[in-house]
Amino acid sequence: MTDPRIFDLPEADMAWCPGCGDFKILEALKKALADMDMAPEDVVVVSGIGQAAKTPHFMKCNFLNGLHGRALSHATGVKAANPKLTVVAIGGDGDMYGEGGNHFLHTVRRNPDIANFVYNNMVYGLTKGQASPTSPRGMVTPVQTRGVSSEPVNPLALAIVQGATFVARAFSGDVDHTAETMKAAIKHRGYALVDVFQPCVSFNKINTFKWFKDHTYRLGDEHDSSNRSAALALAMETERFPLGILYREEGRPTFEDSLGIYEKDDTPLHRRSPDVDKVRETIDSMA
Amino acid sequence: MASGKDLSVVICGGAGYGVQTVEDILAKVLKRSGYHVFATREYMSRVRGGNNSTEIRISSTPVDGMVDEIDLLVVLSPGVRENIRNRITKNTVIAADRSSVGEEFEKTDGALFDVALGEMAKEAGGAVYANVIAAGLVLGITDASTDQAEEYFRSRFGKKGDKVVDENRSACGKGLELGRDMAEKFPDLAPPEKDDTSSRRVMNGVQAVSLGAIAGGCDFVTAYPMSPATGVLAFAAQNASEFGLAVEQVEDEISAINMAVGASYAGASPMVTTSGGGFSLMYEGFSLAGVAETPLVAHLAQRPGPATGMATRTEQGDLNLAVHAGHGEFPRLVLAPGTIEEAYSLTARAFEIAHRYQVQSIVMTDQYLLNTFRDVDPDDLTAAKPDKCLVTSGPGYRRYEDVPNGVSPRSVPGLGKEIVGCDSHEHDEEGHVFEDFDLRVRMSDKRFRKGELLKEDFVPADIRGPENWTRLVLCWGSTGPIVSEALKDLELSDTALMRIRQIWPVAEDVVAAVERADELIFVEGNHDGQLENLIRSVTGRSAQGHLRNYCGLQFSVEQVRMGLSEILG
Ligand SMILES: Cc1ncc(C[n+]2csc(CCOP(=O)(O)OP(=O)(O)O)c2C)c(N)n1
Ligand code: SF4
Repeated sequence: MTDPRIFDLPEADMAWCPGCGDFKILEALKKALADMDMAPEDVVVVSGIGQAAKTPHFMKCNFLNGLHGRALSHATGVKAANPKLTVVAIGGDGDMYGEGGNHFLHTVRRNPDIANFVYNNMVYGLTKGQASPTSPRGMVTPVQTRGVSSEPVNPLALAIVQGATFVARAFSGDVDHTAETMKAAIKHRGYALVDVFQPCVSFNKINTFKWFKDHTYRLGDEHDSSNRSAALALAMETERFPLGILYREEGRPTFEDSLGIYEKDDTPLHRRSPDVDKVRETIDSMA
Repeated sequence: MASGKDLSVVICGGAGYGVQTVEDILAKVLKRSGYHVFATREYMSRVRGGNNSTEIRISSTPVDGMVDEIDLLVVLSPGVRENIRNRITKNTVIAADRSSVGEEFEKTDGALFDVALGEMAKEAGGAVYANVIAAGLVLGITDASTDQAEEYFRSRFGKKGDKVVDENRSACGKGLELGRDMAEKFPDLAPPEKDDTSSRRVMNGVQAVSLGAIAGGCDFVTAYPMSPATGVLAFAAQNASEFGLAVEQVEDEISAINMAVGASYAGASPMVTTSGGGFSLMYEGFSLAGVAETPLVAHLAQRPGPATGMATRTEQGDLNLAVHAGHGEFPRLVLAPGTIEEAYSLTARAFEIAHRYQVQSIVMTDQYLLNTFRDVDPDDLTAAKPDKCLVTSGPGYRRYEDVPNGVSPRSVPGLGKEIVGCDSHEHDEEGHVFEDFDLRVRMSDKRFRKGELLKEDFVPADIRGPENWTRLVLCWGSTGPIVSEALKDLELSDTALMRIRQIWPVAEDVVAAVERADELIFVEGNHDGQLENLIRSVTGRSAQGHLRNYCGLQFSVEQVRMGLSEILG
């Protein structure tokens, strides 16, 4: 087993608030990668914009820190250009389910082999406390002054309904369990969502560390994660949220598989040389 | 009337009447019979009905532009629209089935030749053959080879069985006879002479852009369908396995460009293909590619705007959109091919430059160019050998190394043992976000040094005219060949034509030519004079005159000829 410290970036200027749940998620991520004997150059962490999305600047790995909401599109492109890379797409709930909502929906359907970790603090952190798509109804913010009026997004249910092949939830307060869940997600061949509850100590006074502790429970062995309707029923629970792998389906072709170009040859695109002679042949065969 | 060198044929019919098939038959059979062919299509945004047309110029020398004059109008269904009817003159011969079109052509100038297309189609095997008969009719007027027509039907329908081939052949044969009759009745409708066109190939704009991209090393295509750019997406999808292309129709243009940026970061050579509306949605991702220095090519196929504008029509209204694409400042390359050959070569060039300088290229076409086909000399389709210009990362590798020419050594994850970073923020050499005002200036300067290279390593403008010209006519993109033909007709001893192929950055040759000219005249397909404004902003020179067209249809040669002679008095 590798030492998670190989993923440390000593000169990183940590921009998270002291006490933020994000630190624990980062710790879990490094642990998961190290446990899997990965090296920083094997991994690409792709992120959008937001506090959570700063993750790749705080660890050593290949990274693409792109645009707000677009991490899943970036990540799909990375994986499609080089399926040999381990691709992890990271962002906050606003990033993934709000600005990136359409991409979330369609990435689930596309099933690229990427692990998607969403740091869900039920608020916008970086822009200072506006409602996010997962904010509870009634939450008062500087913008939602009369309280949030929309129903919160249920990302797990949405993913399951759209045909996601791996759907899980974790809580940053439990680093080991989060790391284990992340490992399973990375190992999974296909799109894998892990929604990670994370208290935002600066802007979310409702969903605090204690609140998450009180409102979550660990799934037991009795849950059959291959049972889609049972998974959906669990995803619909909102009194107390189940933690663990709700749904897992192996063997579905990935996006990269369906492109066809890796069927006979798994060489990444950057190592291929285009067959320009074929262009000539095509032109010669024209009228 | 054509001089015997050139016959202009227009075929009209509702969507679903097979105008496109006629186009295809004529292009292939005529070219193989030794004629030069040029064709351009205009169509309504309808899946069924309406009335569309294609103009085919059959010629003894290569032609490359749309004309108003119609020597022969073939009508497949009633309801020919004003834009075609206006072009009928007393020299036009109209071939139509009177039982179907009724009085439609009673009051027009042209001479009607009544052909029982419907009846004959039924005899040939069904109403669907009317278009094949029409194709035969045109072939019959010329000296087209009947063997080539046979060969065409065999190769096109052979898989569907002998019956289909025979029915098509017989329908075409009936048309051929009719055509021969007609040629006798209208002795002025002389077919052009033949040439040796055997080494030439018939290609349309969509094929030229797509094949040029592949020749340039494109291996990744993402798009969301939007006319007129969709053809390139379809070509890529249909030829994906042949050429090893990753192709995806994504959920929207936002995803298209962001996926392309991700792919480029990981070592692909991506292209997005879209129209103005879609490209507007791509601005943010385009800007990301700019700061991240990920090479990519955007094919921007113009149609009239604002917003949805005219979905199936043509315009040159997006020059500003391309030149100013993205927020913030970063260098980019904007190329505008004017011919089929250039659609191929400049698209390949867009990839070459994107990789050489790690910039973003925009290739600007339009509906007219994409839906135009013509016979071309394959030797004129040129492309440099693709090179992604990648390096293997070694110890101490830094993606955004601040090197003198601004082009940092580019590696990708998995090529070498080192880390490769990529960031949308202003970043340090490793790609990490780092808020430092000096660093910001340094990095911005680094990126803009690449912009200087784009000015030096430029695609020259095409300047043609008499040695001692004093007046310069300027145009860009698909209007080029049309203006060229119009100017040839005008035979002006003091006027040259400059077709600007590299729109941005404006290169020295353009500046020098503009400075040398006493008089500048711009011809462009938009309302605002976008090229004219751009040239003024760069050179300070104002135009003495301009000709603009923004009705949704391409200029015709006659329109430009008349417009220019009016301007020149
Ligand atoms: C297109 C665009 N719109 C808005 C923003 C501003 N913005 C930055 S982060 C953010 C919200 C982040 O919230 P979330 O994804 O929940 O992440 P957190 O900061 O809570 O980790 C917003 C709106 C942006 N960067 N880009
Ligand atoms: S704003 Fe909230 S989520 Fe962001 S770092 Fe601070 S505590 Fe964490």
